[in-house]
Amino acid sequence: MLSRVADSLFWMSRYIERAENNARIADVNLQLLLDLENTRDPDTQQQWNPIISSLEENELFASLYQNPDGQAAIDFVCLQQKNPNSVYSCLAAARENARTVREQISSEMWEHINRLFLFVNGETGKKMLRLSPYEFFRRIITGSHLVQGVADATMTHGEGWDFIRIGKSLERADNTSRILDVKYHLLLPSGERVGGNIDTVQWMSVLKSCSALEAYRKIYVGQVAPWKVAEFLITHPEFPRSIRFSVESLDAALHRISGSPETNYANEAERLSGRLRYDLNFASIGDIFEYGLHEYLTLTQKRLAEISSALFETYCASNEAIPA
Amino acid sequence: MTEFFAKYDTGGFYDEMFDAPGQARSHYQRLLQRFTELKKDEFDRKHELAALTLLRQGVTFTVYSDAQGTERIFPFDLIPRIISAGEWKKIERGLEQRITALNLFLHDIYHGQSILRDGVIPKDYVWQAACFRPEFMHFNVPQNIYIHICGTDLVRDRDGNFLVLEDNARCPSGVSYVIQNRQVMRRVFPNLFAQHRVRPVEDYSQELLNVLRYIAPAGTTNPTVVLLTPGIYNSAYFEHSFLARSMGIEIVEGRDLIARDGKIFMRTTKGLQAVDVIYRRINDDFLDPKVFRKDSGLGVPGLVEAHRKGNVSLANSIGTGVADDKVIYHFVPKMIRYYLDQDAILPNVETYLASNESDRAFILENLEKLVVKAANESGGYGMLVGSHSTEAEREEFRKRIQKEPRNYIAQPIVPLSRSPAFDDDVIRGRHVDLRPYILSGEKIKIIPGALTRVALCEGSLVVNSSQGGGSKDTWVLEKEEE
Repeated sequence: MLSRVADSLFWMSRYIERAENNARIADVNLQLLLDLENTRDPDTQQQWNPIISSLEENELFASLYQNPDGQAAIDFVCLQQKNPNSVYSCLAAARENARTVREQISSEMWEHINRLFLFVNGETGKKMLRLSPYEFFRRIITGSHLVQGVADATMTHGEGWDFIRIGKSLERADNTSRILDVKYHLLLPSGERVGGNIDTVQWMSVLKSCSALEAYRKIYVGQVAPWKVAEFLITHPEFPRSIRFSVESLDAALHRISGSPETNYANEAERLSGRLRYDLNFASIGDIFEYGLHEYLTLTQKRLAEISSALFETYCASNEAIPA
Repeated sequence: MTEFFAKYDTGGFYDEMFDAPGQARSHYQRLLQRFTELKKDEFDRKHELAALTLLRQGVTFTVYSDAQGTERIFPFDLIPRIISAGEWKKIERGLEQRITALNLFLHDIYHGQSILRDGVIPKDYVWQAACFRPEFMHFNVPQNIYIHICGTDLVRDRDGNFLVLEDNARCPSGVSYVIQNRQVMRRVFPNLFAQHRVRPVEDYSQELLNVLRYIAPAGTTNPTVVLLTPGIYNSAYFEHSFLARSMGIEIVEGRDLIARDGKIFMRTTKGLQAVDVIYRRINDDFLDPKVFRKDSGLGVPGLVEAHRKGNVSLANSIGTGVADDKVIYHFVPKMIRYYLDQDAILPNVETYLASNESDRAFILENLEKLVVKAANESGGYGMLVGSHSTEAEREEFRKRIQKEPRNYIAQPIVPLSRSPAFDDDVIRGRHVDLRPYILSGEKIKIIPGALTRVALCEGSLVVNSSQGGGSKDTWVLEKEEE
């Protein structure tokens, strides 16, 4: 497979997943605001700050909106073309990448990516976000699922599909860590205590962001406790949006491409992903909290970024050997 | 929709569908009946479905002069254009004759130049053609084929005779619309096809791949064929991708290829892989910055050297542009006589050469009655339609013609035939042309179908997509209607 094609498939898939995650975060935050509205007068601007922080775009946000309220935050996360990580920008980038590899992906995949982009690019999307943001978010999330499902169902499960899987898993692991980190930035209103009512609602919203509340309840009966939520989202071996699950799937796809056994490594990307995978396999939530949750998540994001660069170096940048 | 056709006016032009007002030609009768039975809201629904299908599939092209919304769908008209079996047979013979002569001509002028020595074509016309590549003199192209893919534009005059308007012998585009239009029509009017025996166009990609494999360097048993595109911002990118996909070959950009030891390789995730045949959709000028334009970032440094060594084949060959130069076009009937000793089956449109003194005087005096074309441009650029021009525009062309006579030709304004097209809730006659695609490999193949471009604006004679034209599905019938 052409190196450029591998790179485009990887980024196409990452951007789709990123668009979905942004929609999830915005969705849950909006729900949270509505929940809290009954109990007290929320300072909406403050409630949106953690999300802008988790996207690492505070300055850009402040520079674009005179009145940085909840409406502005939703616009910034969803449709703002100047925000390189808005749902709009992610889908535009996904589509641009898909366009360069149209002959590699199935027609059905292209059609669904194109439709999703046309939706956010047109009046329908804008209007829906204004009138019924919930529906807008569902549309993005379902659209992403459709693309991923169609990819699995219509594409040959060869090298290209593996690069798509790597993009998706890597981005998902990164996003789950960012969603968890939102809670770190989320200040409790004054007078509220840790483990209190508001704190619990906030942790539940973190689970909802990852479509994990139902799965969580089946495993941990009873109270939603911070360390249990973190444990679930970081180390659960079977929940498909946990960091561990995502890294496992990333590592497996890497090995499928090179053909080397999963207990070994054939290149730098595999060495790094293998190490992260086994760290996660044996991590305990006690250790993580001792190290500091925020610090642990930041470190994980850094390690994922290193895997991404190593992947590029291995398959896309300087591979100019002529095979015998 | 009876009432729509009832008011239809052929306007004194040759009409593809109607013999006389209200009287459909025999090969159109079934279609007319089906359309008159169709209810207006049903038709509107089909129209919407067609546009939506094209947009969703991303069947779009890019317009350079348009800053906003650069991607547009190629407007598609739902009423197909039908060509009877008999008419097609003649077109096919004419095109086969023409491409044979053009390939012989290219071989000749890049070798012995007998046609110039015998004075059939003035020597200067070839040597001054912008796309003549003297550096390729005495170079042997694989299988002696220069133009592997040709798109020849035909028009009909007032009497319904087909004339050749121009040849496109470099990187002709549009064939993907032929296939896509057919797919849309099948989806929108599934029943129509059962009633007509329409010849299929879908095997074009397979035939093209056969041609590309046929010209592979000698000794390669299973050649690696790729399509070289300028990239996703090129106006025809959709087509590049479509063709690569339907042939199952890689689509590459210049940066994906690298020259090593006189060979061409592509960069893959498993290292470098040798490439044998390149279907290039990049013009000569941009192919190799070491040989042609130094500023080209689209090509591959070292590509020409690899080609010269016979390690990689190109389709079309380098230097074919001299054959579709609009001055050389004038001489094609003479080429056919010279190489094949035959009369041209499909005549040219009468052409005046500005470099010829008496012709030039005639052109300058009659600008408003003529179409003036730059010899080396395509796509409707660099063109003046006299009857639709202002005095200022004519003055501008007068100056250009006097400054560079070799670069201009003029033709009488052909009253192009019309075909009914749907426009703003009314069916009206719109001017059309016809671009069939000719493949030259082991044999010459012409896909039974073509791109019918239609000038959707009232009275307009310019059908190019870059100038607001649309297209129609074009049916070639299997058998003569009884």
